[in-house]
Amino acid sequence: MQLPAYLGLAKNAEDQLALAFEAIGKKHATDIDVLQACKLLSAWSKDHVENLKLQIEKYGQKNMSEPKQLASVVLKTKMGSLGLLRDLHGLWLMACEVEMCYIIVSQAAKALRDKALELMCEQFCEYTNRQKMWLQTKIKTSASQTLVVADS
Amino acid sequence: MDERERIDNIWGERTPYYNDWPIRHDEYTTDQPDEWIQSACVLCSNGCGLDIGVKNGKIVGVRGRDTDRVNHGRLGPKGLYGWMANNSEDRLTTPLIRKNGKLEKSSWEEAMQLIVSKSNDIIKKYTSNAIGIYNSGQLFLEEYYTIAIMARTGLGTPHVDGNTRLCTSTSSWALKLSFGSDGQPASYTDIDITDCLFLVGHNMASTQTVLWSRVLDRLHGSNRPKLVAVDPRETNTTLHADVHLMPKVGTNVAVLNGILNLVIKNGNIDANYINEHTLGFEKLEKMVSKWKPEVVERVTSVPAKKLIEAAEIIGTAPTLLSTALQGVYQSMQATAAAVQINNLQLIRGLIGKPGCGVFQMNGQPTAQNTRECGANGELPAFRNWRNEEHIKDLAEIWNVTPETIPHWMPSTHIMEMFRYAEQGSLKMMWITATNPAVSLPELSRIRSILKKDGFFVVVNDAFMTETAALADVVLPAALWGEKTGCFTNADRTVHISHKAVDPPGEARSDLDIFLDYSERMKFKDKDGAPLVKWQTPEQAFEAWKKCSKGRPCDYSGISYEKLTGGSGIQWPCNEQFPDGKQHLYTDGYFNTDYNFCEGFTHDLTTGGEIPPVDYKASNPGGKALLLPADYEPPHEEPDEKFPLWLTTGRLVYHFHTRTKTGRSKPLHDAAPEVYIQISEADAANLGIRDNEMIKVRSRSGFMEGPARVGGIAAGLVFIPFHYGNWDKPGVLRAANELTKTSWDPVSKQPHFKYAAIAIEKMDTPSKKIAAKVKDELSEVAKTATEKVKQKLKI
Repeated sequence: MQLPAYLGLAKNAEDQLALAFEAIGKKHATDIDVLQACKLLSAWSKDHVENLKLQIEKYGQKNMSEPKQLASVVLKTKMGSLGLLRDLHGLWLMACEVEMCYIIVSQAAKALRDKALELMCEQFCEYTNRQKMWLQTKIKTSASQTLVVADS
Repeated sequence: MDERERIDNIWGERTPYYNDWPIRHDEYTTDQPDEWIQSACVLCSNGCGLDIGVKNGKIVGVRGRDTDRVNHGRLGPKGLYGWMANNSEDRLTTPLIRKNGKLEKSSWEEAMQLIVSKSNDIIKKYTSNAIGIYNSGQLFLEEYYTIAIMARTGLGTPHVDGNTRLCTSTSSWALKLSFGSDGQPASYTDIDITDCLFLVGHNMASTQTVLWSRVLDRLHGSNRPKLVAVDPRETNTTLHADVHLMPKVGTNVAVLNGILNLVIKNGNIDANYINEHTLGFEKLEKMVSKWKPEVVERVTSVPAKKLIEAAEIIGTAPTLLSTALQGVYQSMQATAAAVQINNLQLIRGLIGKPGCGVFQMNGQPTAQNTRECGANGELPAFRNWRNEEHIKDLAEIWNVTPETIPHWMPSTHIMEMFRYAEQGSLKMMWITATNPAVSLPELSRIRSILKKDGFFVVVNDAFMTETAALADVVLPAALWGEKTGCFTNADRTVHISHKAVDPPGEARSDLDIFLDYSERMKFKDKDGAPLVKWQTPEQAFEAWKKCSKGRPCDYSGISYEKLTGGSGIQWPCNEQFPDGKQHLYTDGYFNTDYNFCEGFTHDLTTGGEIPPVDYKASNPGGKALLLPADYEPPHEEPDEKFPLWLTTGRLVYHFHTRTKTGRSKPLHDAAPEVYIQISEADAANLGIRDNEMIKVRSRSGFMEGPARVGGIAAGLVFIPFHYGNWDKPGVLRAANELTKTSWDPVSKQPHFKYAAIAIEKMDTPSKKIAAKVKDELSEVAKTATEKVKQKLKI
């Protein structure tokens, strides 16, 4: 059974997303809407991590390192509006990783007839989607200004 | 009537009634007018019909129009005395250009040429994305519509907003999210017969005095309606309430969820209406079910017993009329809370019926037009920027190609525009009829942005406001009474305001200024003809009629002629409703259809946009949306360093930053100075006496003013936001020195209603010495640290 691998992946991916939201929010704290939204969205991911631990108690987990590697690739050190755009883009990629983990775990849950796990995946996916929706909204709003006018 | 009458007796004498509000004629003149010119008041969102008295080409007074459906002859203090500002001697009469750091007189030719050449240079180098327009809730419909076409296709910039962002953006969003488009469902006539009024964060007695007279007359008449009010302060409004809920600042959603829960649990819902005309009840029921009275009490401090009492009244009243204003719109979770009020009316099935409905109130007299005409974040006539068909339709009306209209993102809101300016990607801002240097949050930041090198600021105003004083070019503008145009109040009543007198000196109307700019910029349509095809206000109105035809705010049946002589007329006014329509959604069919709606809804908590494809998949097709929201705590709460809550607000005698009301002697004398209202308990703790000058600090800045002790709950401080320093240079006394840069994620309305603050006594000589020593020591420490860092190369 390989479910523990994906539970580990999901947990680590959410964990990395929570940390990334928090870090990016603080990094771009002068963009106050980013700071506030990132704080909220980080809290959602933290909550998911805690809940995932319950499933891990049941099925076990493998410690997967890809989420951390992904974070180190997609998050940038650059400041300014382009730096923000790149960071939001990076967060979106990380959220996609989380979402795919839930889609995959959900398939296993169905095969195992584990309603609780299936429901968890469905609910968390909804939250991940809301995170992505905020990211996409903010990205789309700032993209043209950043790419067409801004110097940095 | 003398110049004290409506100052001392704000709401005038009572005319108790039920159903048919009697006429009461209010009039104030300083001389016998030669003629009376029809207009309406522009000093709150009520839009009272009035006539302007003119003698020898000068305004000498006003009188209420007895025939007008809005006020039945009445006028409030601002309406009766505000006109005096027009005659003020410090009116701007010539254009001014900043030269060598000082604003100097210039000609219109020189000023307009400078604006045009700057605009062209910026567009050439950076595109029109580097230009922003920040307008108002004080102009006329014809001016907003001209700004919309000029900015959105002439310039083609996505950066257009109005100061309506600060007062009614949440109103428009709440209506749009629940009902599919902006537009108030109810009418003021509903006050005449309703069984229950539910006022949330709306101190009507101060903000709309004539509307409050209407309510007071009901409260004094037979068949008295119940009044439930939600406000953290005791006000002239809450004094009359049957139940007054006083929640902790920033907890409106928790209170409203608590009421919704009780209304549902008590079975006071209209199940048929919910089934036939709404979507989302199950999710709403689930969300509010956890907000039991004792949970609400824990979060909001509203006693469970009081909440139950309020929910009983609201849940059982045969007819119910709810209103909301800045206590909701400028607080935490603004849109989420405003939407819960819509939800309440919907689950009770009390909308689109006499005596029922909701007023997501407007703050300013012409704010409705800013929103309708597309001079704020929306497109004209409530078109949906994410619906390509709507864009094509608008492009056809304007005879431009669809891609010239920026619609790849929502129009930029003002807080974001200032951020772009701060970062340097907005190079020019044209500000008209508004005063951001007093009205936006965190003023020290706003001032530094306005002063920034390389940021070209143009201001149209009638006076040298705090903002105009920082501009590069100031254009003298005509005021109300000096130009013709229309505007629409909070119950969709359209009024005409005829020109009564000439503007002073070389001052021009905003319409004329923007028409001149459009011509000089050579803005063309797709066939090479001038883009803006009108020269007069009436021609602009006729063009607007075409643009609004078939949309919810249909003006096609209104004309200048029809508006002149009698009462204002409500929209929609068209072939089907030639005299206007009192209620929207009378058949329970809402504007939510995918092809018709103004927007595709947002996540109430994050502000994220729901993708069009998702909205289409569950197309509400005319059903109203019940959108739930969970409570989120405020972004800032009092702590050890800043132990008190600040809430800001309005005074009955002033409007906005007192640009006009501060220049009317009766209004100025009635409230000449800011004050800082603090409870007896907090004052005693801090050793502060009534009227003593005190200093208030927040994380955003500080201000000073006299203390007013008492009349407010312990832990809470109230400061009216009107007072800048145009008439008191060198003193920081604006409440917005303290408010923070923060806004609602959906409506983008700033959070003016809460901030954590500390109060201290003014500096004594010994405190000043101590502060100086502290500053010098800190400077020494900083220099030493730098030196060490340099030495260690870190």
